[in-house]
Amino acid sequence: MNYFLNLVIGGLTRGSIYALLALGYTMVYGIIELINFAHGEIYMIGAFTALIVALALSFLGLDGISILVIASLIAMVYSAAYGFTMEKIAYKPVRNSLRLSALISAIGMSLFLQNYVRLAQTSNFVPFPTLIPEMQFLQTLPVRINSAQVVILTTTAIVMVALTFLIKFTRIGKSMRAASQDKTMAMLLGVNVNRVISVTFVIGSATAALGGVLISSFTGQINFYIGFMAGIKAFVAAVLGGIGSIPGAVLGSFVLGLTESLGAGYISSDYEDVFAFAILIIILILKPSGLLGRPENKKV
Amino acid sequence: MSDTAQTIRPTLNRHVDFARRSLLISIWFAILTFPIMVMRADVAARSIVWRWSNLVWVIAGTFVGSWIWRVALERKKNGGGNPSGPGSRGIAAVRARIAILTRQRHFTLGSFIVLAVVIGIFPFAGGMWQTNVMITALLYVVLGLGLNIIIGLGGMLHIGYIAFYALGAYSYALLNQQFGLNFWMALPVGALIGGVASLLIGIPVLRLRGDYLAIVTLAFAEITRLVLENWADVTGGTAGIRSIPRPTIPGMRMTLPQTTVFIYFTMIALVVFTIFVVRRLENSRIGRQFVAMKEDVIAAQAMGVNVAKTKLTALGLGGVWAGMAGVVFAARTTFINPASFSVWESIIVLCTVVLGGMGSIPGVIVGALVLILVPEYLRAFVQFRMLLFGAILVTMMVFRPGGIIQKRRRAYTISSVEKQQAVTESGDLSIEG
Repeated sequence: MNYFLNLVIGGLTRGSIYALLALGYTMVYGIIELINFAHGEIYMIGAFTALIVALALSFLGLDGISILVIASLIAMVYSAAYGFTMEKIAYKPVRNSLRLSALISAIGMSLFLQNYVRLAQTSNFVPFPTLIPEMQFLQTLPVRINSAQVVILTTTAIVMVALTFLIKFTRIGKSMRAASQDKTMAMLLGVNVNRVISVTFVIGSATAALGGVLISSFTGQINFYIGFMAGIKAFVAAVLGGIGSIPGAVLGSFVLGLTESLGAGYISSDYEDVFAFAILIIILILKPSGLLGRPENKKV
Repeated sequence: MSDTAQTIRPTLNRHVDFARRSLLISIWFAILTFPIMVMRADVAARSIVWRWSNLVWVIAGTFVGSWIWRVALERKKNGGGNPSGPGSRGIAAVRARIAILTRQRHFTLGSFIVLAVVIGIFPFAGGMWQTNVMITALLYVVLGLGLNIIIGLGGMLHIGYIAFYALGAYSYALLNQQFGLNFWMALPVGALIGGVASLLIGIPVLRLRGDYLAIVTLAFAEITRLVLENWADVTGGTAGIRSIPRPTIPGMRMTLPQTTVFIYFTMIALVVFTIFVVRRLENSRIGRQFVAMKEDVIAAQAMGVNVAKTKLTALGLGGVWAGMAGVVFAARTTFINPASFSVWESIIVLCTVVLGGMGSIPGVIVGALVLILVPEYLRAFVQFRMLLFGAILVTMMVFRPGGIIQKRRRAYTISSVEKQQAVTESGDLSIEG
């Protein structure tokens, strides 16, 4: 039983990280129908920025918590700026061409950013400082859970609630929903669609960066390639839940995280990724538009 | 005099404007890239390396880059939809002249002969390394043309194509290891396995549309790779399979350079065969069903096209080429392991198709040659080649989203043929067909 609970906690932690990334995917997809392949790279850049900032701050003699908070904030701001710039360079000019052209542009951007960090920083794994401090009271709990997991779970929950609030109740959220339904109509009704798309990229990139900082301080090492697989997994999670749907992305991420964790724990850890992809295929065969996706309405 | 001044002034003003904007852009990039480019975390020494010279490079590079980008975007906007716009008239005339040239029989024949001679003497003039590079490029040509059947003709976004390539390669390696099958026997078997696997994967995912299909095919490809990696008893795991025999002409002993030349010509034959089949396919009944399905699924169904069957045909046919290319790959490298069949390989094949021009046979060939040969010859800049590769992909898609050679739809319009004949006779080249 204890083993099972530990696996569940591990799965939920994983799921939270996927969720932070999948949110960006699903928001971008909901509005411009683009698989943003470079989203994982934004996550990686967030982690690297946090590493550099944390190192710089440690010379100033700050303590753990304040380093964590400042480094995360700066990483989020920088990643948001990267996301914003990326959209302007690589996606805005191809918005009206074939969908595949936009996808190739995104792949190109992903390759560029990976190699940019590889050349400017290093191609090796770098140890990432444990920014999240230990919490003593966790030792007394019956299940094994460490402070990083607690921080990751709570942060994800907070981000989720904040995003739901943003999309449901604010003006920009309303514009986002309008743009995702019909861009042209939204434009005619006075929604600044370019601005909405930029804001979407900024928010998505910032949450991805937060995910990058948290997971890196949990795993303890980063390199220029970490974004790629994380990006693919997050995309799988977003599709699993029904791409374009925000609660779907969260649900999909948790399903994916739990499947991986339980599959690795009970069957074989070599096939961990196989379980992730298999659950995707099974769910899509049963529900072709994902768990919470809107069924596609055919137009003639 | 005043006439030229009037045309120069707006141009000058525009460029002043470009310069101002480019300066702002370069400042933005200087700030944006500051932590990554200027600072470097040296965690072992617990210190930060400051590289201020990079800041100068970033500012200068983005300033020039942004200026060129703006000029190019403006040119694209002016020249794009308007063939008589300034600057594109020359190109249009050249294009029309080429179009007329290619319509003449002796020109086509002549260029074919030249091409055949170049292909024929290439392995003897170029040496081993060149030939090997070319074989790789030709493998990607076959893969590109095969994937083109699925994407360009069938209109399905497939990013797991490399799985069938892997299956082809492993089927030759294993059949040879276990049953002693030689290359020529394994080639059709590999093709069959590739095609059948593609078909089987296709059946459950037929209901999925565009991007869902993309991620599911990617998932299948990753599962294939992971199984190859972990099923060590059969596939040798991450270590792969070694000493796979090279192809030979039965009953002949060949040295390594001879075998390389032989593989080269085998690949050329395979490419020619692929082109032949794809061309026949395009103009067949199935080919027209592909077009109908791509344009509008519902309308096609209403006209009696069996969409499921047509999609499966495209998938199955696409898989066949990947399987064959896989067999050649295994025979040529003599060593395979799962690392050769990662997602990136699928993505590169996808890029050759889109970059070259989806659906267009010459486009895909050019795309594959460019995408494989350019990085090979960029080995001098080995550090920067993937960076450049990414940048080139983005730039190409922004400025020429349809690919290098865009597909032209076959159209039977008698009036336009007559018009072109009239054009040829009068020598007026300004009208395009």
